[in-house]
Amino acid sequence: MHTSATERITDWAVWAFLWGFRILVLLIVVVGTIQSLRSGQYTSDQWIDFVVFGIARGSIYAVLALGYTMVYGILRMINFAHGDVFMAGAFAGYFVANGFSRTGFLERQPVVALLIAVLFAMLVSTTIAVVLERIAYRPLRAAPRLVPLISALGASFFIEYSFRGFFGPGVYAYPAVAPLAGEFNILGIGVLKMQALVVVAAVIMMAILYTIVMRTKIGKAMRAVSENKDVARLMGIDVDRTIVATFAIGAAMAGAGGVLFGLMFHQVNFLSGFVPGIKAFAAAVLGGIGNVVGAMVGGMVLGVFESVGPALFLGGVGIIRPYQLQDAIAYIMLVLVLLFRPSGILGERLSTKKA
Amino acid sequence: MTMTTADRRWRISDSIRIGLVGGIFAVYLCLIGIVEALGDRSVIEKLVSVGQTLLLLTAFGTGYFAAQQALAAGASRKTVTSLLASLLAGLGTGLLLGLLVLLGYLVNVRAVFINVSPALLDSLTLGLGISGVWLPVAVMAFVGLMGGVVRALPASVRSPLIVGLGAVVLGGLFSGLVRPPMIALKGTPEKVARFLMGPTGLTPWGAVIVFAVVAAIDITIFQASSPVRKSYRELPPNRRKIARGTLLVLAILMAIVLPRGSGPFIAQVVVLICLSALMGLGMNITLGFAGLLDLGFVAFFAVGAYTVGMLTSYGEFGLAHLPFWVVLPIAVLVAMLTGAFLGLPVLGIRGDYLAIATLGFGEVVRLLAGSDFLAPWLGGPQGVIGIQKPCLGWLGPFVGTDVPRVCHGIELGGPKEIYYLALICVLIVALVAIRLRDSRLGRAWMAIREDEDVAQGLGVNLIQTKLMAYVLGASFAGLSGAIFAVLVGSIFASSMQLLVSINVVAIVVVGGMGSIPGVIVGSLALIGLPEAFREFSAYRLLFYGAALIVVMIARPAGLWPSVITKRELHVDLDDETDPAASPSAASE
Repeated sequence: MHTSATERITDWAVWAFLWGFRILVLLIVVVGTIQSLRSGQYTSDQWIDFVVFGIARGSIYAVLALGYTMVYGILRMINFAHGDVFMAGAFAGYFVANGFSRTGFLERQPVVALLIAVLFAMLVSTTIAVVLERIAYRPLRAAPRLVPLISALGASFFIEYSFRGFFGPGVYAYPAVAPLAGEFNILGIGVLKMQALVVVAAVIMMAILYTIVMRTKIGKAMRAVSENKDVARLMGIDVDRTIVATFAIGAAMAGAGGVLFGLMFHQVNFLSGFVPGIKAFAAAVLGGIGNVVGAMVGGMVLGVFESVGPALFLGGVGIIRPYQLQDAIAYIMLVLVLLFRPSGILGERLSTKKA
Repeated sequence: MTMTTADRRWRISDSIRIGLVGGIFAVYLCLIGIVEALGDRSVIEKLVSVGQTLLLLTAFGTGYFAAQQALAAGASRKTVTSLLASLLAGLGTGLLLGLLVLLGYLVNVRAVFINVSPALLDSLTLGLGISGVWLPVAVMAFVGLMGGVVRALPASVRSPLIVGLGAVVLGGLFSGLVRPPMIALKGTPEKVARFLMGPTGLTPWGAVIVFAVVAAIDITIFQASSPVRKSYRELPPNRRKIARGTLLVLAILMAIVLPRGSGPFIAQVVVLICLSALMGLGMNITLGFAGLLDLGFVAFFAVGAYTVGMLTSYGEFGLAHLPFWVVLPIAVLVAMLTGAFLGLPVLGIRGDYLAIATLGFGEVVRLLAGSDFLAPWLGGPQGVIGIQKPCLGWLGPFVGTDVPRVCHGIELGGPKEIYYLALICVLIVALVAIRLRDSRLGRAWMAIREDEDVAQGLGVNLIQTKLMAYVLGASFAGLSGAIFAVLVGSIFASSMQLLVSINVVAIVVVGGMGSIPGVIVGSLALIGLPEAFREFSAYRLLFYGAALIVVMIARPAGLWPSVITKRELHVDLDDETDPAASPSAASE
């Protein structure tokens, strides 16, 4: 086989570009880190705050990433609308919490009130996800891969702007919960109670999910369907039901994550789900898509990098107001992972072969 | 959900289920506020508002569908059963709507759903208050039954009826656009306009006339047995080509004279349609031909716009003060280079991962453009302002910052003039796209779209071919951005949203992936319609989202499928006699 000159030039250009990209990113990271640590602009306490905040935010990404990773593991499909299912949960939780806050129930029984809010949010998110799967995804299961992706993109916009229609474009402020104010002191590090709650809740949710996937019958069915749909069907597994269950579990966690998000950032709006959704997908890819533990690791890593990155890397190389580029760090990390290690940090576990 | 197999007998529960789905849809329409938002516009003056029409159409569709389903299920007494089915379905729809009204009067639903306002409730009960709760139920049931009646009619009566009713609805919608220019003409047009249309919609007589005229047109031209259709089909292929060519020329002529008589608003809308069509044609290459979903397409648009901004601006950020005509090719070239630069690393990534990676790139470009880091060059959130308008003639010298240069000749200042620039670009680019599609490169793209591995096996260089698709698509988007920059006269990072990319994807998908006329149809439908109905613009993205899902499920080939897709799906819409017809005949 002969290769023409233009082919050789393209190949060379790709090679040069990839290496250039690596070196550039590495340079920014190394030089930036050294510069900003030497400049001493931030104290070590501030760095620790950055990391703690990053872990808390990363936990929310992780909870969302679990939904992406499960659906991708089974259907090889990016459920673009997952972030909006999360937003729906945040809205549902808001209306319950706000109602309780008005009647004073939130003050008297904060734990029960929040639990009800979370359960309601999970219910709403699950309903939306199940309906979505039925209408927008199931008829397209045999279609080429781009088709369900475009449908999911449409679903994302449909949910967002339906919510805009329902509740208007304004920002809804979550009520403050008194017992969640203040901070703990863990090993001399001050951690906001809210942040601790988010991290603990995320870890518990991941543990529950892991148990479901690894120990229960439906989990076994999920793993089987993810390996091979046709064989699973031959073994007597109801594939449709398993897929619905996957969507439902992912959405329930997204709904709970939505309430955590609302409690942590005190606000929700019809677009609240979009950017976290994309970042959570980045986290899922980062950890190794299809891998439950990987989603958790990916979420935390992304959260910490995003929190520390602007000050540590970008500030160090002399970029002013680096926090404006905070989102860019997540996107660049996503592209880096896709380019250089598509299997993610932990590789794939649910599936070994991608169509 | 509503599908049943033909061998199952019709059951009451089927119709009720269809009715409830319709009812959920009707309640949804009320909750998102579109019914109230369109409440001021009427289809027929003082009789039916557009918002109410939406609900009526829902009931009509529900009844029609229920009747159809009952007929398909093979009930024994067909007509009676189908009418019963449609009545039940309409009743189901009406009951849910009535429930909403009842709740709305009893409880403060507005605390959660902001659109359940007294005005909405009054428009549903026609101002009767809580004692009128039965009204929407009865009306919806009746309209559902009408749907069943229409379904029971023979096809030759049904089709003109439905088309005529549709024309009345559209006529009511468009009357706000058509009436003012007609009145401005004075004389007979003014009289006709005042007779047919009131300030908010059609007059009752207008509705009757529109219905009669359109139904008559449907009978004489569009029905399969009509003489016009028959004679067209009997033409030899080359004469048919001439007939189609004449239609195309007529369409272009219409496009040329369109903004002449109209106000600046229409001109602005048609320029936006042209710019979207330009981007759509670019996206059609990357997505439609090569099958690469690029959600960061706005990056190239931004690059084109910023290049023009920085090189022609007489404002603070102007670098070179070049005339637009010199910068235009530079902008396209820079967009192509950006395409190559962003394309090189990501093209090894497959399918859906590529979509996400490009989305990331697009967002990074927007964040960088709006950041304070690059503000000394790109203006940050304040943007680049004072972009020199294109000048046909000799451009005066640059005198100083914030002073526009004098144009000795014709200045393409407003949307009316820039429209022609955009139109010419669309025509050229469409021609280029057609030639590309039929070239060796075009066939390689489609091979990659269908199956990468097979294409590679057949000797297609994947990276190189994909890169060409990316670069050429980027060049069209850059061109669109360049014209956008001179149209608006300023460039802001905030106008480079991800939504722009989504718009373009929607245009290509709805129009028909890989279809060049489809892109034009898609831009007309998705950009033109929402721009024309300001009340609708808040629901534009909602509509896009729904359209993407519906098109993917019901009509994957799009509104105007490309010939190749048609051939693949064996839908011979044009009943082409010669399957090996030369591809150039397919350019419509």
